Amino acid sequence: MTLLNHSPSRIKSNQDQCDLRYKTLDITLKRNRHQPDALIEVLHKAQESFGYLEEGVLRYIARQLKLPLSRVYGVASFYHLFNLEPSGAHRCIVCLGTACYVKGAGQILEQLETTLQVKVGETTPDGQISLLSARCLGACGIAPAVVLDDVVSGQQTAESAIHAVQSVRTPVVAGQGD
Amino acid sequence: MDISELYRLAERGRSRRKPFRIRCCMAAGCQSSGAIAVKQVLADALSAAGLNDKVELCSVGCLRFCGHGPMIATDPDEALYERVTPENACSILGALNGESSMAPRCDGNQPFFADQLPIVLENSGQIDPSRIEDYIAVGGYESLYQVLYDLTPAETVAAITQSGLRGRGGGGYPTGLKWSTVAKMSGDQKYVICNADEGDPGAFMDRSVLESDPHRVLEGMAISGYAIGASHGFIYVRAEYPLAIQRLQKAIQQAKRYGLLGSQIFDAGFDFKIDIRIGAGAFVCGEETALIHSIEGRRGNPRPRPPYPAESGLWGCPTLINNVETFANITPIIRNGPDWFRNIGTAGSAGTKVFALTGKVQNTGLIEVPMGTTLRRIVEAMGGGVTEGRVKAVQTGGPSGGCIPAQFFDTPVDYESLQKLGTIMGSGGMIVMDDNTSMVEIAQFYMEFCREESCGKCVPCRAGTVQLHELLSKIVNHQATVVDLEHLEALCQMVQEMSLCGLGQSAPNPVLSTLRYFRDEYLARLKPSMLEEVGHHVR
Ligand SMILES: Cc1cc2nc3c(=O)[nH]c(=O)nc-3n(C[C@H](O)[C@H](O)[C@H](O)COP(=O)(O)O)c2cc1C
Ligand code: SF4
Ligand code: FES
Repeated sequence: MTLLNHSPSRIKSNQDQCDLRYKTLDITLKRNRHQPDALIEVLHKAQESFGYLEEGVLRYIARQLKLPLSRVYGVASFYHLFNLEPSGAHRCIVCLGTACYVKGAGQILEQLETTLQVKVGETTPDGQISLLSARCLGACGIAPAVVLDDVVSGQQTAESAIHAVQSVRTPVVAGQGD
Repeated sequence: MDISELYRLAERGRSRRKPFRIRCCMAAGCQSSGAIAVKQVLADALSAAGLNDKVELCSVGCLRFCGHGPMIATDPDEALYERVTPENACSILGALNGESSMAPRCDGNQPFFADQLPIVLENSGQIDPSRIEDYIAVGGYESLYQVLYDLTPAETVAAITQSGLRGRGGGGYPTGLKWSTVAKMSGDQKYVICNADEGDPGAFMDRSVLESDPHRVLEGMAISGYAIGASHGFIYVRAEYPLAIQRLQKAIQQAKRYGLLGSQIFDAGFDFKIDIRIGAGAFVCGEETALIHSIEGRRGNPRPRPPYPAESGLWGCPTLINNVETFANITPIIRNGPDWFRNIGTAGSAGTKVFALTGKVQNTGLIEVPMGTTLRRIVEAMGGGVTEGRVKAVQTGGPSGGCIPAQFFDTPVDYESLQKLGTIMGSGGMIVMDDNTSMVEIAQFYMEFCREESCGKCVPCRAGTVQLHELLSKIVNHQATVVDLEHLEALCQMVQEMSLCGLGQSAPNPVLSTLRYFRDEYLARLKPSMLEEVGHHVR
């Protein structure tokens, strides 16, 4: 439970941006009339604006919905899509659903792990790429599928996936390349 | 809204049609293959050529051949194009005039299309899912009107019972029976839930229905609300389906604006509203009691049944839960009558089933076939066989199902026949495997899935899936003995019998089914020193 003994959040470092994010959160809370059953939706919104669910945000949500922090933390940690840790600047998600798996998604992931020198679930030391896996994106018709920063690409190979990841990592300057 | 207004809208929608129509698939699969850019090129070309009053360019839902996207269809010649690129897209305009096109034609008469019987997918690829007017133009919401004015709630339930429809979410529970149970419950607060969690990895039927024809699901839910006496419905969609969520949101807004959802629908004294709830990535939330907890904003832990949700569901109220495809079948049953539906498919399994055909098969995509179609027809004729090598087996039912080896491909696909083979119909994922696929590794793959997705509430599943996975890994790595294999089988039985919910109870199925048909693959993977001994045992 490292989350619960976190040091003060880094939110304070950027007051303005932070206020805006809390404002977005407040709108969601208000729209749901602060009903506790809206917890999952509120967490989704919070993650959307903050990038991940840090302790300060969870505390805030707990207070607003009048729920014990344990309940909020319990829900946030139950669902796979909620991140309690910050992720890298870019997210590369390899689908490991069955359709993608039988079409070789495992090898794609393996080679990405080797190239990026991280294990699935980790972020490269420079904070650039988080390598993640998913359980079926519903794009099985074009398996194997890889998502890079919310864009789904189908019929991937290890080479195409590595190429895509490398190109977001070191942006090609205009005029350069093909 | 009254019926004459609905008819007027439908008529206006139909008269709006132009002589030519280009339908671009904008479902998730084709969008990922570049459909948006293709459509833009076509839009620009139409404007440049001044053809906008003759040719209608529209976005439609899934055209089924997802593996060959982006797909485009044209009317009135009903030509179909595959793998369209921004470069060759414009030649499709010329083809409307009878010129030849550079975009590859796709044969719409091949078995993949010809053997389909679209009921659930009848509008998919035909109408623009983001326009309620398109849905109304093909008779949408008329069944809702018909039910409200011509049938009592009891008669509506009777019609569904009479149709023989069974739940498409996996279990195959008779839908009419479920409706009548909830309808009989007392209490004025009841709920309807549409299960759009579609957790089976390798299945995307529900996603396509929601993206291609969202109003059909809303109408089905409203009809069920009238039948069981509920005025509030929820759709629980997985967060991995952003496009489906967006289209549902839009559909609900439009239906509300036209008074087809909300209060006093068709001035008949019936109120029904629908809210969307979004999941957050947990397979177990497809289980009905876990799903209910999730809608209530809690952890998605299942609870023992009974009481079933029909008695005590959402916030303790009687609740009807059905799958997306189940709801999508309601409107056609009301429109064409229960006997029409009953005559499709087999005696015990009426209607059609949508399958997501994927894996090592030539033609991947969505198919809707009458129940009772043989696997051979599906895999070999429609799917065009495997890409290379020989077809070995088909997996249905995902992590709760099993494999059907090629020698049983003449089996008709219906609930009972699949069960006899040791698998289940499941929600419609159908994954084809060739002789390069190791069945032990597939079993290991599914067990890893179940281990990760186990909610941890009960020990047999939480600890059992870990141990089963370890044993399977041992076999995969050639380190297991015959004793381990025996242990594996005993443990499977224990987890099956003692787990609390369907996830744990069915987690051993992929192992048991591969053991049943591909035991030699397990034996071949035992510790090398064991092999000889095993040879004596088996032969
Ligand atoms: C682990 C588990 C996962 C499930 N996932 C789904 C699912 O993704 N979609 C679905 O419709 N039903 C799913 N079900 C079945 C539901 O619990 C429920 O039976 C179904 O939604 C009822 O609808 P139907 O009668 O229309 O089939 C799942 C069941 C279990 C045990
Ligand atoms: S069987 Fe598994 S998923 Fe179901 S309640 Fe038990 S631990 Fe949770
Ligand atoms: S299995 Fe990868 S998208 Fe479905």
